[in-house]
Amino acid sequence: MTLLQIDGLSVRFRLRDAVVQAVTDLTLSVRPGELLAVVGESGCGKSVLAHALFGLLPRNAEVTGRALMGEVDVLRCGEKRLAREIRGRRLGLVPQSPATALTPVRTGRSLLAETLRAHRRDPGLADTVAADAGLDAHALDRYPFELSGGMAQRLVTALALASDPPLLIADEPTTGLDRPLVDHTLDLLRRRCDNGGAVLLITHDLAAAERVADTVAVMYASRIVEHRPAPDVFAAPAHPYTAALLDALPDRAFTPIPGHPPMLTALPPGCAFAARCPRADTACASRPGGPVACHHPLVSEAVA
Amino acid sequence: MSLTATGIRAGYRGHSVLDDVSLSIGAGETVGLRGPSGSGKSTLVRVLALLHTPDAGHVSLDGDRIDGARHRVPADVRTRIAVLFQSPRAAADPRLSLADLIAEPLRALRRPREHVAGRVAELADRAGLTADLLTRRPHAVSDGQLQRACLARSLAHEPRYLLCDEATTMLDASTQALVATVITEQQQRTGMGVLLVSHDPALLARRADRTEDLPTPPASVR
Repeated sequence: MTLLQIDGLSVRFRLRDAVVQAVTDLTLSVRPGELLAVVGESGCGKSVLAHALFGLLPRNAEVTGRALMGEVDVLRCGEKRLAREIRGRRLGLVPQSPATALTPVRTGRSLLAETLRAHRRDPGLADTVAADAGLDAHALDRYPFELSGGMAQRLVTALALASDPPLLIADEPTTGLDRPLVDHTLDLLRRRCDNGGAVLLITHDLAAAERVADTVAVMYASRIVEHRPAPDVFAAPAHPYTAALLDALPDRAFTPIPGHPPMLTALPPGCAFAARCPRADTACASRPGGPVACHHPLVSEAVA
Repeated sequence: MSLTATGIRAGYRGHSVLDDVSLSIGAGETVGLRGPSGSGKSTLVRVLALLHTPDAGHVSLDGDRIDGARHRVPADVRTRIAVLFQSPRAAADPRLSLADLIAEPLRALRRPREHVAGRVAELADRAGLTADLLTRRPHAVSDGQLQRACLARSLAHEPRYLLCDEATTMLDASTQALVATVITEQQQRTGMGVLLVSHDPALLARRADRTEDLPTPPASVR
């Protein structure tokens, strides 16, 4: 059984003089109890994936593929159904930038009570829900502009948790938090999964993914290049991009990946990582397929 | 030779954030600074960068006591200290191209045009920015690319001290490693002292010669 089954999702943005290929042929599924981390460099398409599922993309976006939650294809079901059945109810979102997600003229308590009421829960639970997200009750009486970045982040997390959705999409939920609060938030997400919920964690923070994820999908230049159980990805990465990204960590080699990721307006026809890859050869001019998108994976059994 | 804060008390509108805090960064040294959110890390950076006047205590730069902050401090003193902020978006003028962004501190001190062009090319190259990126404005580049431009800008005057306020927290691992590499090279070349504000134990263990802690503030300000 899966909570969410994404098949062949592609998102393109039409600009006046270019087409941005933000997500390409992405296939993923999330089971109840699973914490799936989607990791990658900034600008690789991670957040567009979240926005596509919520129907929050701008008008110039072209979306193809399917994303099934039960019988409902959230990419096709229309705004009315998204608003009434999906958003907040079956699919929660911790948005990336809390500063723009909060209504500036309402206190945290008022926002949280409204959300609880809309989901037929007791608005008096506001303090408890906030405390779960690591936010003190007295902070709820402040307006968003009176909150520090970390407090605002915990407030949007509390708002997403208020409806207790079966699947939570957390887009960089630990931005602006210091280490103990990062760990607190990650453990909170982990606990949801241990209690039968599911979380899709979008993050650039590999240490965060390693701490809590069951499975990891590594995105590079709009595609998933490697999708495997988390311990395997961190112990024995199969895609050279994953290996290079891990080698950039301060507790590993701390060496940057040479070169730059390709522009999403001008993706090469073959492997998008070939230009930066030490293992690249002529085979890489064609696009690799399989669970590890590489002609020369570092771990061969992963491809079989 | 050091950048030293002694007995600093500082805050905003009567609300005290730091009380009797002292910190010293020696030439060539990398000092880590950590503390829970709200403990005043960024305020201490602002005091050390001469952007915020402390209510008590003072800052000394290479033995000279500095009075006042911002434009009351002579330019040739101010330019010996540079800051790399957490959010490159908030620290970059959206109207400027990346090349102009890097050139801004040089133009502010009326350096000759040829000198500026040469320095911008050299700094951009060190920060790994290609020529096609330099003509773009901030909205058309990623956070990582913009932070590299901010890094190039911070090194424009070859500062004696660089203060990094969570400068790589929001960046991916590869960009974080690149920023660290560029800063380390600059330290080895010029003996620059670095303050590294960070929550990341792995980063501090890797980069800092020693790490200082700011105490936990009362719960009401966290």
